[in-house]
Amino acid sequence: MFGWEFPPMSSGGLGTACYGLTKGLSQHGIGVTFVMPYVSEGVDAEFVKLLPANTAQKIKMVGVDSPLHAYITSSEYQEFLLTYKKTGKQNKLYGHNLFEEVYRFSMKAALIAQHEQFDVIHCHDWMTYEAGIRAREASGKPMVIHVHATDFDRTGGNVNQLVYDIEKRGMHAADMIIAVSQFTKNKIVEHYGINPDKVTVVHNAVTQEEKPRFHINKHDKIVLFLGRITLQKGPDYFIEAARKCLEFDPNIRFVIAGTGDMEGQIIQRAAEYGIGDKVLFAGFVKDEDLDRMYQLADVYVMPSVSEPFGITPLEAMKNGTPCIISKQSGVSEVITHCLKVDFWDINQLVDKILSVLKHEELHHALKEHGALEIKNFTWREPAGKCVDVYKKAIAGG
Amino acid sequence: MVSVCFYFQVHQPYRIRNYSVFDIGNNNQYWFNDKNKQIMEKVAKKCYIPTNKVFLNHLRNNPEFKISYSFSGVVLDQFEEYAPDVLRSFQDLVDTGQVEVLDETYYHSLAYLYSKDEFKAQVKLHNKKVKDLFGYSPSVFRNTELVYNNELAKFVEDMGYKGILAEGADHILGWRSPNFLYRPVTCNNIKLLLKNYKLSDDIAFRFSNKGWNEHPLTAPKFAKWVNQTNGNGNVVNLFMDYETFGEHQWEDTGIFKFLEAMPHELLKHPDNKFITPSEAVKSFEPVSDLDIHNIISWADIERDLSAWLGNSMQQSAATKIYQIEKRVKELNDPKLLEDWRKLQTSDHFYYMCTKWFADGDVHRYFNPYESPYDGFIAFMNILNDMHKRIAPPIPA
Repeated sequence: MFGWEFPPMSSGGLGTACYGLTKGLSQHGIGVTFVMPYVSEGVDAEFVKLLPANTAQKIKMVGVDSPLHAYITSSEYQEFLLTYKKTGKQNKLYGHNLFEEVYRFSMKAALIAQHEQFDVIHCHDWMTYEAGIRAREASGKPMVIHVHATDFDRTGGNVNQLVYDIEKRGMHAADMIIAVSQFTKNKIVEHYGINPDKVTVVHNAVTQEEKPRFHINKHDKIVLFLGRITLQKGPDYFIEAARKCLEFDPNIRFVIAGTGDMEGQIIQRAAEYGIGDKVLFAGFVKDEDLDRMYQLADVYVMPSVSEPFGITPLEAMKNGTPCIISKQSGVSEVITHCLKVDFWDINQLVDKILSVLKHEELHHALKEHGALEIKNFTWREPAGKCVDVYKKAIAGG
Repeated sequence: MVSVCFYFQVHQPYRIRNYSVFDIGNNNQYWFNDKNKQIMEKVAKKCYIPTNKVFLNHLRNNPEFKISYSFSGVVLDQFEEYAPDVLRSFQDLVDTGQVEVLDETYYHSLAYLYSKDEFKAQVKLHNKKVKDLFGYSPSVFRNTELVYNNELAKFVEDMGYKGILAEGADHILGWRSPNFLYRPVTCNNIKLLLKNYKLSDDIAFRFSNKGWNEHPLTAPKFAKWVNQTNGNGNVVNLFMDYETFGEHQWEDTGIFKFLEAMPHELLKHPDNKFITPSEAVKSFEPVSDLDIHNIISWADIERDLSAWLGNSMQQSAATKIYQIEKRVKELNDPKLLEDWRKLQTSDHFYYMCTKWFADGDVHRYFNPYESPYDGFIAFMNILNDMHKRIAPPIPA
């Protein structure tokens, strides 16, 4: 399995999903060798063999002087660098630009594929597709790619041609494709010209550990946004909704947890609206603080413009926090005990935020039913579906 | 000798629109007029018109055939507003003299549970409406969703009714049969008719279920089952939603063919006949008292109130709507009173039901909301607006 991140070293949902999925696969008796560019200290997962590509033997590091430099605008990559800088573990492997990394990773993948024993190659998202293709060439084993997001989600349609090309090449080269939602499958079929029969929808799940309960002492009602502050996640819709909510009730507090390329813009907007004191920026939140943050909130809002899956509402529900989620998300296909809005319909979002805060019965019902519903989302089931996909891929598609 | 008593429930609520926090204090347009009209037209086309045609044919050709209806006041209002031809076709049926109409609460409400005064007022309004439209004063009562208990039977008896309908729930009847009349333990005169839910649900729910080992249900087969009650009962009460025909069971399931053949098949047995509820009350004596202390209904597996008042949202919404009764009535504003009453229709609470996983499909039927939570939000926003309407003016 080729991935890009693995908890605790992860900046988003991808790492969390890889963790859950490999754990679920182990319950089906599937052994996983997880290859990622760099394995940090503190990774603890006995059910998976983690293999850092940077320690793979006999790899000649080749500096790639490529024209790709000209196109480096990926805020995703900036985000990576930012995160890794913050954790103080500057990573030698990650190069000056993301495409260079992707290329180096794929070169090593071929070597690793020659040394490791495996039956199927499973790649997570576009950064690993090239690695998968090389490994497939080197080993002759079938390749399954797992689409957690497409560039259409990340950029709101303004795709980066290079990323798109890599995605498309990977999807066409793959023996089978796994999409995290029907929403994503539709994108794969429409935008990448893939035969729908080749794509299986496997929704994500959540790990079922008990959440620690924190003692929360607060006076105000809190509405939470948690995620990267970037176009895809709809922080601008959140701030517009905040402005309108505050016209009805000036005592509400809005918390934005995360970092991202739109952070400055959003802070500025809050100031412009004169609600700077009501909108609080919490920065990048992780581990225990994540749970604390969800529990602090009276309602969690995910106003994503395009969310292939969206694991955060499941995390919020696990923490007993009612959710309002964008209908333009994969997760809205699978959960019922939450409120759903079109991301562009700010009035509807405001109506729902105010209702959850105002009506204790509604808050209670969402919390109780949500906590029950979430118990159905174990990783065992999606892992089982992946095993079926592997079998098909091995049998020749 | 067994008599078959058909009663069909005809009801459509005034659904409320997605009334948001931005509407509160700005407008009183609560009703989803387009949707209500659209649903009425659809149901008229698929169910009311074709089913009435089948029944009118039976009634004209067979003087022994009899059926009964209960119409909510709000469905009659919507017929007048959106589908006058449907109303005329029901009037044609009643004009045959072989069709009985029952009384209920005008607004298809759960008023009895919250306000006896309001309950009584709505029953009176309903009685008048039936008289106006059908020239007929009902003597048998059925409460919304067959919500029933001892105390309610007594209350309805005191209002002068001779008969009342309830669900023949297993946990009430035990070894007893629903195919007899009973006397509510609290009452002297009123007689209780109980739904034979097995035979009723064979038509209403199982008819098109291909996983059912009796599928497909044919008229001769059904007649055979009814015949089996001969010698063990006086009356087989087949109670169901009228929308069973053509809506819950689509035309392509063969439901209309079944209806066309059914009366003839039943009458093949010389001991069978058709009867209306008031005729049953006149013809048969109760076989025993029946003690139903806890409230029952005809809904879901539980046969209780949980479909309307099962969760905290439903309970809160219902309690709050009746809390403003006194003030609404003091103000003597007909529009305000009507809005308030239309909000009492049980469907609004049904849409807020969260016990989806087992009973899901029935609850979603005609439900204008994507989720029970959305239903609750719109309802509470309207209630908020009502509060503004009834608030005393701020002194200058």
